[in-house]
Amino acid sequence: MTQSSKIIGEKGFERTLYRLAHEILERNKGAGNLALVGIKTRGEFLSKRLALIIQEIEHTEMRIGYLDITLYRDDLRDNFNQPVLKGTEIAFDVTGKDIILIDDVLFTGRTVRAALDELVDLGRPSSIQLAVLIDRGHRELPIKADFVGKNLPTSLDQNVKVMMKEIDGQDSVIVIKEE
Amino acid sequence: MPLCNRHLLGLEGMPKDDIQLILDTATTFREVLDRPIKKVPTLQGKTIVNLFFESSTRTRISFELAERRLSADVVNFSADASSVKKGETLKDTARNIEVMKIDMIVMRHTAPGAAVFLSNVTGAIIINAGDGSHEHPTQALLDMYTIREKHGRIEGLNICIVGDISHSRVALSNIFGLKTMGANVAICAPKTLIPCEVEQLGVKVFYNIDEAIRWADILNVLRIQLERQDRAFFPSLREYRQHFAVTRERLDKSKKTLTIMHPGPINRDVELSADVADSEHSVILQQVLNGVAVRMAVLYLLGTRS
Repeated sequence: MTQSSKIIGEKGFERTLYRLAHEILERNKGAGNLALVGIKTRGEFLSKRLALIIQEIEHTEMRIGYLDITLYRDDLRDNFNQPVLKGTEIAFDVTGKDIILIDDVLFTGRTVRAALDELVDLGRPSSIQLAVLIDRGHRELPIKADFVGKNLPTSLDQNVKVMMKEIDGQDSVIVIKEE
Repeated sequence: MPLCNRHLLGLEGMPKDDIQLILDTATTFREVLDRPIKKVPTLQGKTIVNLFFESSTRTRISFELAERRLSADVVNFSADASSVKKGETLKDTARNIEVMKIDMIVMRHTAPGAAVFLSNVTGAIIINAGDGSHEHPTQALLDMYTIREKHGRIEGLNICIVGDISHSRVALSNIFGLKTMGANVAICAPKTLIPCEVEQLGVKVFYNIDEAIRWADILNVLRIQLERQDRAFFPSLREYRQHFAVTRERLDKSKKTLTIMHPGPINRDVELSADVADSEHSVILQQVLNGVAVRMAVLYLLGTRS
């Protein structure tokens, strides 16, 4: 038996992204030195959406790139299904930029740790800030998001799933409980 | 979906999906090579031994760079400065190295089948870096990667391997891999350098280089391996050059623009004229660069396979 409940629907999803975009611009005093970097897979689509919103507000082109953190994972040695590499695509020099790192769900913090390591291998950003749609708690590393769409306290037997039109056909956030 | 086999011994019988996976994975590593820090922590804590019983510059450096760029620990061994000179067998050498807690062995050996043998007597993951005149799978994989990069596909292309086919592990691995990927493969050489019954591998045979050039989209020109020829297979290098060298004049007669490949080292102005080797249609240096990315892909796929 699985129970699922919708936490954010289509309208709420869009409002949340607009608020995140405004918060990012407010904190950084505009988009001048910003670059968005989404963590694949859903962070990539989130960063594309945020870039469109920021461009609409600021009337300026956003730098945008995508990270595949697989090669930096700390569990590659363990027994698990080998992940398919999707490739990092960052066409600009990250050195000196204020990077907004974007992911859908912040959980243990291990993905973000891997992303930070990969970003500093690509150059020396002026700063790295973390934006996530959902913070579900249960951190295993000292990592904290700068911009949070929604804090969602969960238990470990729950699963948070962010769905996006680009790959899932709809925008929503659902919590699934396995029983 | 990991690779079917835990070793890379050859391309004979390797499924199309596996070759595809290696080439796709290599694309990711090709991007890593363009970074300011050309290194990822993926194989941290893995120890890889490069066992080279035969001289090699390109392949050994390429493997070593690939290993180091994946953060593996690397040990190099070359036969001329080792206990092999004191008469130790391959089995004993390998077992003694293995007991020192290593994870992978990359081996080049003069004997065909040496890599298969090694995989039967040790528990380490084995990558064949060339076994005599049998196979050289990573070379064929980097050739296929380079073809795909240049032409966007492999299937349906006409690829002719020119030169010393019967002494060439590169030719054999290329034939296996390219056929699996759906290319049309031909070979072109003097009769004495073509192995008997080679048609059974499903390749077309040309004895005339001009006919091969008319047919092909890509020429993969092999080195004349004088060191492997224990008897004369053609009267002289000069005569080989006159009849089989790939030269500008010969290529100009073709309506198509052919892509020129060579696994190196080149005997300039023997099998390939210097101006063709350095021309814009030559992808010889791209092959070398792609080799590091392809070897990183193989090491990653085998080294993290559970």
